[in-house]
Amino acid sequence: MTSSTPNLATEIEAATGVNPATCYQCGKCSAGCPMASESDLRPHQVMRRVMYGSRERALQDESIWLCLTCETCSARCPNGCDPARVIDAVREIAHEEGMAQMPRNIGAFHKAFLEQIRTNGRLHEMGLVMDYKLKTGDLMKDVTNAPGMFARGKLNLRPDKIEGVTEIKRIFEQCGVTP
Amino acid sequence: MRGDAVTAVAEDIAVPAAEAAPPKAARGVAYYPGCSLHGTSPEFDESLRAVVEALGIPVAEIPDWNCCGASSGHTTDHLLGVALPARNLALAEAQGFDRVLAPCAACYNRLASARLAVAEEDGLAERMPEILGRPFRNTVEVFNAVQLLHEHGPLIEEKVAASLAEPNPLHGVKLAAYYGCLLVRPPEISGGDDPEQPMQMDDIINACGADDVDWNMKVECCGGAFSVSRTSSVVRLGRSIIEDARRNGAEAIVVACPLCHSNLDLRQKAMTTRGEQPLPILFITQVVGLALGLPAETLGLGRHFVATEPLIKDLVARAAVRVEEEKRLQAEAEAKAAARAAKRAEAEKAKAAEAGGAAAPAGATRPEAAPGAGGDA
Repeated sequence: MTSSTPNLATEIEAATGVNPATCYQCGKCSAGCPMASESDLRPHQVMRRVMYGSRERALQDESIWLCLTCETCSARCPNGCDPARVIDAVREIAHEEGMAQMPRNIGAFHKAFLEQIRTNGRLHEMGLVMDYKLKTGDLMKDVTNAPGMFARGKLNLRPDKIEGVTEIKRIFEQCGVTP
Repeated sequence: MRGDAVTAVAEDIAVPAAEAAPPKAARGVAYYPGCSLHGTSPEFDESLRAVVEALGIPVAEIPDWNCCGASSGHTTDHLLGVALPARNLALAEAQGFDRVLAPCAACYNRLASARLAVAEEDGLAERMPEILGRPFRNTVEVFNAVQLLHEHGPLIEEKVAASLAEPNPLHGVKLAAYYGCLLVRPPEISGGDDPEQPMQMDDIINACGADDVDWNMKVECCGGAFSVSRTSSVVRLGRSIIEDARRNGAEAIVVACPLCHSNLDLRQKAMTTRGEQPLPILFITQVVGLALGLPAETLGLGRHFVATEPLIKDLVARAAVRVEEEKRLQAEAEAKAAARAAKRAEAEKAKAAEAGGAAAPAGATRPEAAPGAGGDA
């Protein structure tokens, strides 16, 4: 077995308590994965790559960012491997090490979302979508839905800022997250 | 590094409260609406409030609650994904509540997962007060709208049966209960329901007098958080959900998640390719509200993209036809019973008259007896 240092499997086991080596590649996770048809790597293949593949190849794969965190894989794993948690951990490490190959739109969405929470304490959908559009340049995205949403009382023009917003900033700092 | 302002706030809040005794128990349940119920799904909030009022369940919104972070929070950082929801649990705890109602499935999932993580992961319980800048003992239980309504199933059934003023429009309508991911996964948070074949929402549908549909896509993912950033996936996943519900005879899909709702409702137009009738997407609280006789407006049924009006009109008309039919059948049965009673009375009268008229030789004169056969008496 060739493993690069530091060993990704060991690192993931330390972070999640899941030993990726317990996966016996039955593929039940991938059979139920709603994004399997759109991903290069399916959940059982991510598990394999974490165990044996090179660190870079595991961390730089796009598929981990297509995960919807629906947890079907973990719920159905016959050996309690929790692929969803492993994928979460791979994403975190990839992010920390600047190796994340996140599709641009998905990354922009997460960033805009977290910025909303950090500034207001709550999500302001209109602000989120505006910020997302600026980040992606996709200005016309869902423009036709906006009047309908507004008419149905589903779009607030102003953000709903909480009083304890400094507490939220503290939480972000304590967790070491800067959107 | 923490800024001065942050430290000051933290001390302000943490120190006095940490020394205080555990808060006095509060009545009812704490209510965590979450951002969607204040933003894109106000009808879930409206219908929930109307239904809990009708059922007599006291709920109090947690003051100054914050976003639970779903799903960008825990997708980005595990600790952030725990800490953001934990602040809300700490707020409810400080108010003396021992249960938090989180109707949004995504919020429910994050709050329940945070509670689980703090209870199970090494050192997290000790670190949490420092991260939050608040005391936190992780004593508050989290539950969702489906669990709340399921607990009150018998009461709903009783109230639906007792409301005689209007016929129940839901009687016999076929509804597909769609749970998606977040109410049932991970299985530890599914509240005792089967994560692959959950039935709690189906039970509530039946308690409302409607019929649950047996179908295949109950716990499939709708694409959730990719609604904006990868709409094509959401359309692909939603289409298969809607087609399966329709194939199995559903007249509407029932959800308990604002993300599922907006994906299936707002984006349904893009999912329908063959010109089929659109399938209304109802919140479970709206279904219960309709069964309890609450007005459609109170339940926010006018806020959907797939119009609910045609379905509701049809249901009301069907209920009227049903009531007419029941009345007709009852009248028919009554008329039949009356005719039978009249006939019987007449026969008895005739019998009595004959018995009175032929008082003399006893066994010889039974009317139906053939002449000469009287001897057998």
